[in-house]
Amino acid sequence: MAAVTVSVDPAAGHLEPEATATAPGAPVIEGRSLGQIAWRRLRRDKVAMAGGTFIAFLVVVSIIGPYFVQDPTVYHSSLIDPTFSRPIGPWGGISLAHPFGVEPITGRDMLARIVDGAPYSLLIGFLSTVLAVVIGVFFGIIAGYFGGWTDSVIARAMDVFLAFPLLVFAIALVGVIPNSAFGMSGNQLRVALLVFVIGFFAWPYMGRIIRGQVLSLREREFVDAARSIGARGPYILFRELLPNLVGPILVYATLLIPTNILFEAALDYLGVGLIPPTPSWGQMLSSAVSNGFYYIDPMFMIIPGLAIFITVMAFNLFGDGLRDAFDPRTR
Amino acid sequence: MTRFLIRRIGQAILVLFAASIAVFLLFFVGPGPNQVARTFAGRLGTPQRILEIKHALHLDQPLYLQYLHWVGNLLQGNLGFDYYKGQSVNTVVGQALPATVSLVIGAAILWIAYGVFSGVVSAVRSRSLLDRGFTTAALFFYSMPTFVLGYTLIFIFAYELYRVTKFFPFSSYVPLTTDPWQWFVHLILPWLTLAMVTAAAYTRLTRTSMLDVLGEDYIRTARSKGMSERRVIRVHGLRAALTPVVTLAGLDIGTALGGVIITEQVFGIPGLGWTIVQAIGQQDLPIIMGIAILAATFVVVANVIVDIMYAVLDPRVRLH
Repeated sequence: MAAVTVSVDPAAGHLEPEATATAPGAPVIEGRSLGQIAWRRLRRDKVAMAGGTFIAFLVVVSIIGPYFVQDPTVYHSSLIDPTFSRPIGPWGGISLAHPFGVEPITGRDMLARIVDGAPYSLLIGFLSTVLAVVIGVFFGIIAGYFGGWTDSVIARAMDVFLAFPLLVFAIALVGVIPNSAFGMSGNQLRVALLVFVIGFFAWPYMGRIIRGQVLSLREREFVDAARSIGARGPYILFRELLPNLVGPILVYATLLIPTNILFEAALDYLGVGLIPPTPSWGQMLSSAVSNGFYYIDPMFMIIPGLAIFITVMAFNLFGDGLRDAFDPRTR
Repeated sequence: MTRFLIRRIGQAILVLFAASIAVFLLFFVGPGPNQVARTFAGRLGTPQRILEIKHALHLDQPLYLQYLHWVGNLLQGNLGFDYYKGQSVNTVVGQALPATVSLVIGAAILWIAYGVFSGVVSAVRSRSLLDRGFTTAALFFYSMPTFVLGYTLIFIFAYELYRVTKFFPFSSYVPLTTDPWQWFVHLILPWLTLAMVTAAAYTRLTRTSMLDVLGEDYIRTARSKGMSERRVIRVHGLRAALTPVVTLAGLDIGTALGGVIITEQVFGIPGLGWTIVQAIGQQDLPIIMGIAILAATFVVVANVIVDIMYAVLDPRVRLH
């Protein structure tokens, strides 16, 4: 019987332990890392891949889309019925020139406004998630690893955030910030503010998940091994534990983005989101519903509504797929 | 258990304290005091008049004194008086609370009943057509902005189908004590809206939790004893599977009782959420503080109740 050699590449860290077992005469069996296994599972998941493809498509549209559509600020008053201020023709004035129809009153092209609004929804959803992940992972790791009173303090801090009437705080905060502050003004400031508010209140969810993961990880042998060769707290936290958390972080970050997009839309609806005429989706939706225009022109609500709905759904599908890929038991 | 409870309640009070300070500071960092005084003084108000008004409302005192004053009143069960009408905040909250409670309790019954039922069916008949249907429905409502669903329901039932469904009102609220039937009719669409967006999480949680439990050894043991499948699921499966669902329900109901801002706004229900949004618009601090502290209390109390329920449902917790 030939010796089976198992080589572990020390440089690969714990995330991708590449173990190769070879026996003479037998075909080489290649070891796969956790990431590779997850990627293979994910590729087979058609629904998740459809979600992922749509997200990729949206990102492309956000970047190059505005160059391909009409000017979203141009008024087409000739397309508006002067009596009822609604678009002429069925389905909100859908035509070849305006595939998504036009807005009531102004006659602005809906497709152009949707395309122009895409970056706002995506950017706010993404950046606020990044903020929540950074804060949540940092405190989650510390709470889980050190335990004791550190853990108690962080856990109570998370309770404060979760006990807090979040929307109330958001409305109050956005209301008190002046139009220019911190060297920014107008929508730039609003985007920064929305990212901050949403991210700052979403971190405890991330923190709790990471804390739970660390609680079980810190008892594992590789942590003992690191400690026995003299590694100290920060090294163990960020070089040993963090790489092992990439899976759950990726999964829950993907699932947090759609929640944050919905939250941004809710803030737009309550009048504390982006400032018109910025065509964010939530902003379009809220102008459709708040003045009651959607009764005479339902497409005015349906189109931005669908944009948000499909985007959120795509992220949810992709996130669910990602979770199943990393942890198939939950299927 | 008593020690656990005392510690938990102590922590709860700390959490409330921190939350109330945050709301309080937010008002004073912002334009709150000046805006209130200016609104009172009117367009022709002189700076002198504004100072007088601030003095009358105690807005010129040092911050810590104002806060201590508020806490002192709170401890005597008095939430203060609103700036504009001089109404007692206790009365304002007392008027708003029944609307929110009506909305939340009705919706909670719907979302828990549907969520648990669909989740259990999905888990027991995993990968069947029914499972796919429920899972897709959950994903659908999970991805829907609440206000879009609300306005869509109003559009369909109160506007387009008006000839068929004459009795659906567009919005507003009728107290239960005024007319029970109108109360019910006015709340059907709000209940559905809130229940549908919330139920999605319950379907998913119940399904996952039930699938986990059904894979446990003691379920296999129960089956091997010859117990009927129905009994295995009802007696052994559900009890363990529902523990996380109870947790989620407790927290969700606690949060919602503090005001369901979006749903109340869409349907014009004058509950706590609607009232606080109005108060923020006017920078009416006593009302904002009153409702915020009440909402935080609901969440904290729900947390404690959930912990106790946990011990009741899962005997293993009691040992610690």
